[in-house]
Amino acid sequence: MTDRRRMILTAALLFTAILLIAAGVAEGQYHQVLAKATRICLECIGIG
Amino acid sequence: MDNKKRTIIQAVAAVLQNGHIAGFFTGRIYGGGAKHFCVPGLNCYSCPGALGACPVGSLQSAVSAWKFRFPYYVLGVMVFFGVTLGRLVCGFLCPFGFLQDLLFKVPAPKKLRTFRGDMYLRYLKYAVLLLMVLVLPFVYKTTPFFCKYLCPSGTVAGMLLTAADERLRGLLGWIFTWKAAVLTAVVLASAVIFRPFCRYLCPLGAFYALFNGVSAVRLKVDSGKCTGCGACASACGMAVDPVKSPNHAECIRCGQCVSRCPHGAISFSHCLSRSSPEGREKA
Repeated sequence: MTDRRRMILTAALLFTAILLIAAGVAEGQYHQVLAKATRICLECIGIG
Repeated sequence: MDNKKRTIIQAVAAVLQNGHIAGFFTGRIYGGGAKHFCVPGLNCYSCPGALGACPVGSLQSAVSAWKFRFPYYVLGVMVFFGVTLGRLVCGFLCPFGFLQDLLFKVPAPKKLRTFRGDMYLRYLKYAVLLLMVLVLPFVYKTTPFFCKYLCPSGTVAGMLLTAADERLRGLLGWIFTWKAAVLTAVVLASAVIFRPFCRYLCPLGAFYALFNGVSAVRLKVDSGKCTGCGACASACGMAVDPVKSPNHAECIRCGQCVSRCPHGAISFSHCLSRSSPEGREKA
């Protein structure tokens, strides 16, 4: 892959990542992340 | 980048991601707003010290929700880390990777750099990502398969929590026994093989590996300076030859090859730096 193509691909993926984060923020998905992360996940620690 | 500097960066990253010191004594996890954000490495959000959310746990949680919504946010964060840093996250920022690095320093009768079947076993982590993180939690709702049956980071969190909370200790059963066995196997293997969990099982490493070839931070080999002495390849803990493939999916960008090259032919670079006009640099 040439430098130019790689740069374009990197920029496109970065743009996609930012779009995904923006879409997730608009949907309030970060609240779900918080809700899950602030309760002890019994499965994760080997209890559930 | 010498090994000492990397160790300091890893230690700082581990402390920053697990800075809720009170949790280690009270057995209560942090419940503040910082957990809106995913950390870059594998760090269980149920660890008493965790200040952020684990991306793998968050992704599984989103995928296994009864009312499925495409996990834009978590996936976006993971792609962002992948496309900017690639597996540099594994080499510098992942607390569980740091733990394995420390364990590899423990003297062992023999250290295995690679062995027969090593390269094939490395594909296992992609299967773990696909099956245990995405497909199975989506099909069998509410069960985060990777976290429940495999993740050793969660087991460490469980050990810390149960040490501080007697009620939780009373709930331990066969799943914890199984996970403790997995953790023990990883710990023992880490003394002999460099980063066994990252090599064979880590779904987050597998995800970031997909971006290693195009990530903004990358390694560059100046073939004008390279004499082909092989010092870089023999220094690589992941058994990658940086001269052949400086941005190989298995490269965790620990920088060992950069510091070991006697001719200064390998360097950290970024996506905006171009190859020389003669095309002498491999990136």
